[in-house]
Amino acid sequence: AVLPVKFTKAKRDKLAQLLWVLNWVSVVTGIILFSLGVFLKVEINKRQDLMAERQLQSVPNMLIAVGLIACGINFLGGKICYDCVDTSKFLRWKLVMLPYIICTFFFTLSILVGGLMCYSLHGQLEESLTLGLHDAMRYYKDTDTPGRCFLKRTVDLMQIQFQCCGNEGHRDWFQIQWISNRYLDMSRPKGVDRLRSNVEGKYLMDGVPFSCCNVNSPRPCIQYQITNDSAHFNYDYQTEELNLWIRGCRQALLDYYTDILHSVGLTVLIIWLFELSVLMGVRYLQTALENVWRRGDPECESEGWLLETSFVATARTNFNIIKNLGKFNQINTASNGDPNIDRPSTAHYGPDKVPPKSIPIAS
Amino acid sequence: MVVGKMKLTSQKRVKLVQGLGLLSWLATLGGAITFTLGCFLKTELRRRGEVMDNTDIHCVPNTLMIVGLASMGINYFAGRICQDALDAGRFPRWKTFLKPFYGCSIFFTTLMLIAVILSYIMKGSLESSLKIGLKNGIRFYKDTDTPGRCFQKQTIERLQMEFQCCGNNDYKDWFEVQWISNRYLDFSSKEVKDRIKSNVDARYLVDGVPFSCCNPRSPRPCIQYKITNNTAHYNYDHQTEELNIFIGGCREALVNYYMGLMNTIGGVVLSVFLIQSSVLASLRLLQTSMEAVAGQENLEIETEGYLLEKGVKETFMEYLDPVLKLMLLNQVTSPEATGTINADS
Repeated sequence: AVLPVKFTKAKRDKLAQLLWVLNWVSVVTGIILFSLGVFLKVEINKRQDLMAERQLQSVPNMLIAVGLIACGINFLGGKICYDCVDTSKFLRWKLVMLPYIICTFFFTLSILVGGLMCYSLHGQLEESLTLGLHDAMRYYKDTDTPGRCFLKRTVDLMQIQFQCCGNEGHRDWFQIQWISNRYLDMSRPKGVDRLRSNVEGKYLMDGVPFSCCNVNSPRPCIQYQITNDSAHFNYDYQTEELNLWIRGCRQALLDYYTDILHSVGLTVLIIWLFELSVLMGVRYLQTALENVWRRGDPECESEGWLLETSFVATARTNFNIIKNLGKFNQINTASNGDPNIDRPSTAHYGPDKVPPKSIPIAS
Repeated sequence: MVVGKMKLTSQKRVKLVQGLGLLSWLATLGGAITFTLGCFLKTELRRRGEVMDNTDIHCVPNTLMIVGLASMGINYFAGRICQDALDAGRFPRWKTFLKPFYGCSIFFTTLMLIAVILSYIMKGSLESSLKIGLKNGIRFYKDTDTPGRCFQKQTIERLQMEFQCCGNNDYKDWFEVQWISNRYLDFSSKEVKDRIKSNVDARYLVDGVPFSCCNPRSPRPCIQYKITNNTAHYNYDHQTEELNIFIGGCREALVNYYMGLMNTIGGVVLSVFLIQSSVLASLRLLQTSMEAVAGQENLEIETEGYLLEKGVKETFMEYLDPVLKLMLLNQVTSPEATGTINADS
């Protein structure tokens, strides 16, 4: 037996009561899992405009499903453990307990998978953010195009909230036209010059939107003619650090989401360990009560274990069971399909009692 | 003249005890909630403390915190008394405790009501405090190199962005102060010299606002300088442009925010006040009806419970006398005064 423990009657009762309480605590942790999933989903949806389409919703959806199922399973487990204190009531659950333990074991595996998935999202998130932010900045000026009219507001609010500017840095704004043509005076020579200065006819300038301005700067914000030192008094573009936000928004958002995912992942892993320990307790209780029932004396001391034989032997037996499960409707051809071939025949074969010759097997 | 007389059978007494137990637990919870709300309000007021001139408004959260703590204590004792009420052996030990207990409870319960009323009365004080605080904030906006004022710029910027407001009364307040520091002005340029000469105090005034006044919801990039000059910008009309910068003033935005907060808190505290008053009234009824049972052989009889034995005014004077006695003890007692006190007690 793997990790056997002896249980007196009193110990068994205490274990059952403890497991009842722990199962209720697990219901609460199931609710926590559910709410973590909902929180993650809300956070990702809040900034959907800034993220390109990727499989990011799988993790929160899984957490939500796992949380709900955990509530149900642990509620059932609590009921079972509550009834196990009374040996007569245990008989009700006797047949259910082993399948319940197996199901819960596989379910805890899915909690583990959910927790590990939180850590694996990093790469997809980065890709999604790079593309999403690139597009958002490109459509910043299209406040009159249906479907894109709120991108300006979203980008501005994001840059203010996360204290960042552009995709990698503020220079990203120099490469796109972020002022709509509606507000550009094409009759003035300066405007026409800028348009002619690049292949695609875009109005490019060394300026950034106001949301890039750093609140902590000691001087009023310089957002236009940033690279031109002579345009502003007492200004040096190379050494001025506090004027605009230095960080790129992709890095800022990535850090933010990574923090959330790491905390959620850690919480899920801790919940997984807790569920596993509760499951182990239920297994001990089940085996101890089974042994009591086998011996017939409800007051005796019994042994509880995790696995009856060693790990390898149990694995082999289970593997064989699964193999034979698939064969239940096949005919056993080992004895020519006749299961009674080795049994002595008791039939009367006529006056001389000679059994008929066996039919030769067609090869 | 007895106030609030009620006949209570034995079953009714038992029901009253059960109900009172539940109510006192609820009221303790309510007291804890009041304390938490008081802490929350105080934290919110302190967060914006830099744009407030005085801390008079802090009396509201302070009162709420005191009342919350007192309420938890009062209801805890009410629960304990209620538990002992039906036990004839343990109930008499609470007898001497009850009179000061009622006095304190009524005092703190009225204080709860006063806190709610205060939150409405203090609106004017809050508004004037904010007016002066914001005026100073805008005036010292440019002094980022003066110790003690270097964070005014940050504070005002964050305030304007968070509350979506601009200036004190409205955005035009920025036109009347010099908010660009002299360190960043080129005094050799003609434009700067003209502007400084154009007013008495030699200040560099512009028709522009800081970037924190810019509205992210505007469809066009923010116009923060030469706001009143229509020709300086293409396709721009100063009179009809609404979304460019925040129009409203920060004083109004902050007052609305805090009054909204205090209204919600006032609603919750009023309901806690109602629960606590009912706890005290039920406890008084229970106490008086149990006192009538004491000493009787048959504990199942129907007794009468009341709220006040004498009228309201007489009971009030009865409570006030010991307090007055305590205060008069500090004074030098003349024989007539001593004689009067002895005659009254």
